[in-house]
Amino acid sequence: MHGILNAFSSASQSSERKTSRLSGNGIDTTKTLCFSFDGHNYTGHPGDTLASALLANGVRLVGRSFKYHRPRGILSAGPEEPNALVELRGGARREPNSRATVTELYDGLISTSQNRWPNLAFDALGINGMMSPVFTAGFYYKTFMWPASFWEKFYEPVIRRAAGLGRAADEADPDHYEKNNAFCDVLVIGSGPAGLSSALAAAESGARVILCEQDSLLGGRLRAENIQIDNHPGWQWAEDIVSHLRNMSNVRIMTRSCVFGRYDGGTYGVVERVSDHLAEPLPGQPRQRLWRIIAKQGIVATGGIERPIVFPNNDRPGIMLAGAVRTYINRFGVTPGQQAVVYVNNDDGLRTVSDLLAAGARIAAVVDSRAQPSSQAKTIIQQTGAPLFFGARIADTSGYRGVKMAIIRDNKGKNHRIACDLIAVSGGWNPDIALTTHDGGRPVYNETLATFVPALDSEDLHVAGVAAGTMTTAEALREGAQVGQRAAAQCGFREPSTPPVATPAVDQDETYGVVAQWHALDKESSQRAGKAFIDFQNDVTAKDTKLAAREGFISVEHLKRYTTLGMATDQGKTANVNALALLAEVTQQSIPQTGTTRVRPPTQPVALGALGGPHRGKHFKPYRLPPTHQWAVEQGAVFTANGLWLRAQWYPRSNETSWEETVNREVKTVRNAVGFCDVTTLGKIDIQGPDAATFLERVYVNAWQKLPIGRARYGLMLREDGFAFDDGTTARLGENHYVMTTTTANAGPVMQHLEFCHQWLWPEMNVQFISVTDEWAQIAVAGPKARDVLRQIVDPAFDLSNEAFGYMAAASVTICGGQTARLFRLSFSGELAYELAVPARYGDALAKLLMRVGQSYGIAPYGTEALGVMRIEKGHPAGPELNGQTTAHDLGMGRILSKKKDFIGKTMAARPALTDPSRPTLVGLRPLSPTLPLVSGSHLLPKGKPATACFDQGWISSSAWSPTLKSWIALGFLAHGPERHGEIIAVHNPLAGTITEAEIVSPVFVDPEGTRLHA
Amino acid sequence: MRLTCPHCGARALEEFTYRGDATLRRPAEDAPHQAWVDYVYLRDDPAGYHSELWYHGVGCRAWLVVIRNTLTHQIKSVSSAVASPAPNKSDS
Repeated sequence: MHGILNAFSSASQSSERKTSRLSGNGIDTTKTLCFSFDGHNYTGHPGDTLASALLANGVRLVGRSFKYHRPRGILSAGPEEPNALVELRGGARREPNSRATVTELYDGLISTSQNRWPNLAFDALGINGMMSPVFTAGFYYKTFMWPASFWEKFYEPVIRRAAGLGRAADEADPDHYEKNNAFCDVLVIGSGPAGLSSALAAAESGARVILCEQDSLLGGRLRAENIQIDNHPGWQWAEDIVSHLRNMSNVRIMTRSCVFGRYDGGTYGVVERVSDHLAEPLPGQPRQRLWRIIAKQGIVATGGIERPIVFPNNDRPGIMLAGAVRTYINRFGVTPGQQAVVYVNNDDGLRTVSDLLAAGARIAAVVDSRAQPSSQAKTIIQQTGAPLFFGARIADTSGYRGVKMAIIRDNKGKNHRIACDLIAVSGGWNPDIALTTHDGGRPVYNETLATFVPALDSEDLHVAGVAAGTMTTAEALREGAQVGQRAAAQCGFREPSTPPVATPAVDQDETYGVVAQWHALDKESSQRAGKAFIDFQNDVTAKDTKLAAREGFISVEHLKRYTTLGMATDQGKTANVNALALLAEVTQQSIPQTGTTRVRPPTQPVALGALGGPHRGKHFKPYRLPPTHQWAVEQGAVFTANGLWLRAQWYPRSNETSWEETVNREVKTVRNAVGFCDVTTLGKIDIQGPDAATFLERVYVNAWQKLPIGRARYGLMLREDGFAFDDGTTARLGENHYVMTTTTANAGPVMQHLEFCHQWLWPEMNVQFISVTDEWAQIAVAGPKARDVLRQIVDPAFDLSNEAFGYMAAASVTICGGQTARLFRLSFSGELAYELAVPARYGDALAKLLMRVGQSYGIAPYGTEALGVMRIEKGHPAGPELNGQTTAHDLGMGRILSKKKDFIGKTMAARPALTDPSRPTLVGLRPLSPTLPLVSGSHLLPKGKPATACFDQGWISSSAWSPTLKSWIALGFLAHGPERHGEIIAVHNPLAGTITEAEIVSPVFVDPEGTRLHA
Repeated sequence: MRLTCPHCGARALEEFTYRGDATLRRPAEDAPHQAWVDYVYLRDDPAGYHSELWYHGVGCRAWLVVIRNTLTHQIKSVSSAVASPAPNKSDS
């Protein structure tokens, strides 16, 4: 079976014609590139897109459609392409849904078609086309309803396999992505005639200009059309202007750069495809670069997107937009067919006739839907002798893997069967107005142009050229220059350029003369009529639109969601206006009544890799490293992330077999001898000013006016709603000088809070703040031998005795023979302890010094895990207790709330519900069996009651194995907690499904009298 | 979105932190309970211009009074909170 299919496939491939290559203004035929498509090898030239190279090799069939698996070819020559989506590259660089029309050819390019099995020429699911009644509008909602259980197991997997796009890479992207910012006065988007002339005018006025072009070459449609400007081919005129612009120091030209979004404040999102045209990025180069461009003025010169006409079987390979046919001829030197039917409703499309003839193709027929031939049509027919059908339409086509015949219905209703291998279609042009609608701009319908044009009421956004509905080159050049000058003037560049920029002369009479023809369908659609596609990528037909309307989906938003029209990766760029027109016809409304076409960013698919940029893996967020980090690395410490900080979690020794063993040893070292820990990460805020004490009174719940110089005090802050916000100690270093510490996590938010209170609530206070977290390396030295160790470091003139420098003392000292330092007698562990702060650059030296002088006292560093165990043993609340839902009362600190002053949160904290004794309040817990772990998050229930919410009385917030007590211990919150010490309570861990028993105790497990603390 | 900080110039949104309504006044300690509830919890949600507080945390640390159109993100004015009088509801 397999062999037969393969034979079938290669036979069909070899039957494809080989066409000879003409010269094109965008390709270099002196060099040859090799590439492959579906395993077949082909050649192309530098400047080719994958689409132009495939066409040059006679490949017309490039993909299968989404639902019906119909053979599809290349429709367009730009980013709007709905059909020619391929998988590019392989392995980790495999990239699905790449538009062949914007994929630049490089040597060795590998591409494969998508959504077909077993191969493109013979697709087993082509049978879906015969099952089309099943796949009509809303088929997801109708067909797969019953039985419900079939959805997940059967329908969905089958649909996902049958209706699909390409496969993403299975491995991590090996390439690098960058982000960058740029600023300018005038951003010009698009480099066609309007874009180039506006960039030139703005630049000549002196404005800083950035010109963005999504294509690799500049010139826009000037490269696609056979047109003369100032007696030069249009593309040469464009190259002259570009080289002039490149010589101007105030102009930056960015190619391969798609402006995909316009955001508030003149911000534009741009993705630059730095290396997509190469097999792999060059060393040191990113694959893509995401730009944020901030522009005072924006000029949208994005041109237009040509509309197809909706007629039966309008999706066969070889049916192509007329403008795209001209692009392939003039830019790429490829004639997409030898025997062409040109089907238009406007004069612009008629240019295709002469271009095709010049390229050596034969014109089988010209079908003009307009009732009377325009003068342009008459001229062209006179010059070319091609048969012209006016007032006619294409009633059907045939040819399974590529169009072979058009059935033309003339103005008398008579059918003509015309053999052809190319149908060039132009239903008119839609201005590419996406960027003008991103910030809410509503386009308006223009009857004359039969399309939507931007209606701008913006001081910083302008539109020029086809994007503005200006349909001829001469007018686009003129309008571009005007808009460029206006935008520069808005930025203050009012000097007229010297010499003035002359408007170039276009030596061709261009006319447009579009007369709307949205579709070529019969009024009474016959059952046998072929499918007439509106949205090629999502396989939405005219019939689907009518069906949706019949079923009541007459709002354009409903139509879109019900039929999936415009929801594919091309976002309906070639479909949306035709769909609106059809819906208008079905609902007998005007087009403006039916709706508009506003879109959201991005205008084109943007890789997530580009949006993520370099922020992936360990670079997802920055790390902050405390001053002893390198030293801790040398000690073999294990690290943990604490917010952005990376902190030593514990310091394993070679003989230790588990982290528990290490942490127990570190705790015992502190409790029995001396240990030290880097606590630099706690926020440190320097507060100075005559009103500093008064200010502290307002932000802390407790009293501060009487704190003497040289003393520190614990402080608790509330939010204005009365819940606990943060805690820490603040020391008074001088008459008007305090240094506050915050928790590690809240260092930033507390700073913001203090600034808010000062700048907004009490600006009359004379006080200032600055964060000094990074300025001081602060190391806690804790344990009964802490004073002995510090005596080796602090200069002897300073009296370290308990009498002279007791618990909660603070002082500026000198160490090591004159080095300034700050010493605080603070303890988180409950032991005799100090925190010694030195300028951050000495942190590493201080750690080494402590190890040396502490050696004889048995000193060892300890990490955050031992720190956590000891603070639980001492009953100090930390993050799990200050979780934003607890009050001072809950934390057992209700008594420190001052009644003598106002402070943030005072009034709301006094609400009866927040001080209700039945609120869960801080307690300690010990399991009846000491080795049975208590787990944070467990619920506390009365003993013997069922584990249901109505008996829930509280929870465990922190727990640890206490090597000091040789038991598991925990802190938790329990209703009426302080009155229940001694009671046995049930601990329910719903995750493990266990219920154990614990005794309610004081939260202070170690040294409740504070003897060790005050030693 | 961009804000023009009176101290630092035009800067990108990610440098700022939003707080909310700048027309709220912190009640006196002994104000009626309802005044405190309103201050802490009740917020208007105007469609149009809104006086609001922003914090330039990744810049000069200034609190700013910004008058912003909630429908269009148009910024009418940005001023330093210290220097400007607290706006009233009718100011925006």
